[in-house]
Amino acid sequence: MMSDVSYSELSLNGLWKNNPAIVQLLGLCPLLAVSGSVVNATGLAAATTLVLICSNSAVSLIRNVVSDAIRLPTFVMIIAAAVTCIELLMQAFAFELYEILGIFLPLITTNCVVLGRADGFASRHSLAPAAYDGLVMGAGFGLVLILLGALRELLGTGALFANMDLLFGPAAANWEITVINDYPNFLLAILPPGAFIFTGLIIAGKNLVDSNIKKRQAALKAPPVKGARRVRVTGNIS
Amino acid sequence: MKKKDSTFWNMLWSLTLITAVAGGLLGYTHRLTQEPIARATKAGREKAIQQVIPKYDNSPIDEQCPYTVRNEYGETTAIVYPAKKEGILVGAAVECSNSTGYGGEIRIIVGFEADGTIRDYRVLKHQETPGLGDKVDLRKSDWILGFNGRSLQNPELAGWAVRRDKGEFDQFTGATITPRAVVAATLRTLQYAEAHSEKVFAPRADTPARGK
Repeated sequence: MMSDVSYSELSLNGLWKNNPAIVQLLGLCPLLAVSGSVVNATGLAAATTLVLICSNSAVSLIRNVVSDAIRLPTFVMIIAAAVTCIELLMQAFAFELYEILGIFLPLITTNCVVLGRADGFASRHSLAPAAYDGLVMGAGFGLVLILLGALRELLGTGALFANMDLLFGPAAANWEITVINDYPNFLLAILPPGAFIFTGLIIAGKNLVDSNIKKRQAALKAPPVKGARRVRVTGNIS
Repeated sequence: MKKKDSTFWNMLWSLTLITAVAGGLLGYTHRLTQEPIARATKAGREKAIQQVIPKYDNSPIDEQCPYTVRNEYGETTAIVYPAKKEGILVGAAVECSNSTGYGGEIRIIVGFEADGTIRDYRVLKHQETPGLGDKVDLRKSDWILGFNGRSLQNPELAGWAVRRDKGEFDQFTGATITPRAVVAATLRTLQYAEAHSEKVFAPRADTPARGK
């Protein structure tokens, strides 16, 4: 089987080149709905990453047992089972976070990133790369989610990291940073249209960086002009 | 190892096997988490009850009674948690919900003194707009404390509305629907408690029947 996967290539793919959230545009529903604040975004990012690692590993383990015809139903069942297990565990050990995420926790099952990676990557690779791919894809999705959450929280309420104690315990209760005092709430950023607009801006930002990189690389290895020759100034010319 | 062909038997045994493993895993996780989940749910409720009713020494959660309430907003479940001290009812917490909020259901818990006035009040769960409607949450604003000390007689029925509807309660800037829903939910809870006073409040044999 293909064992010649490079981990750095995988990381670059998940985090940047093939980022599930802003390049593949998968899983938009949770991305737009749960990115209203940093705490919600972080919670969902963690849960999604965990599901991706579990489902990718399981799919990779059984990849030679399932035949093509029943591939997808099997993957969906594995993903649903993984999500349900994680949901139960969160309900047991992170109850308040479970209450905040509410319906978006079971809905991870329908996040296209998860099935997409199961079918597109994990079903063709061995356990270690598959699990790693789950980790970086989850991280790529999660980072965009958290960035979007931070942008929207900051512009919407003028503060950052409110209610982080729901995620990190009482020690995090005073993590809230009021960036702008007496900030009039900017509703557009908090409401769903704001999620669309800011996602668009993040994608635009990524494209800008990409095109800059491309330009610089093109400038670096600009081929010498055809026909140009170095003039020989030493030796005899005859 | 080569991939299996899609023959009937291949599909049958692999699907059966995987379903069985997944089912087993789910069952095991469920067994494992059942107790912590029950404990976490109970602790969450207990915390809410402790915030809204006077000190008690019984277990209101174990003595809770759920009732189905029907009114013009539809059907919902009200849960009465009696609070007793040395066996005597000292108050009760009533959990109720109203689905006319801007973001759907708002679940509230109202703590009653034994005489039917509101002792303290919390919104348990809501999906109101952050920055506007979520001021009903005590973490965001102390608007909700304006209900403390109120009862069915204070104000009179007509006053149980937000100011825009000629009532006594402030709405907040930019959000009328949320406070309207919360005020309505509170009124329903009060009326419900009044109608079931024998379950919610201390036996009032020694107090004269209350009239307007």
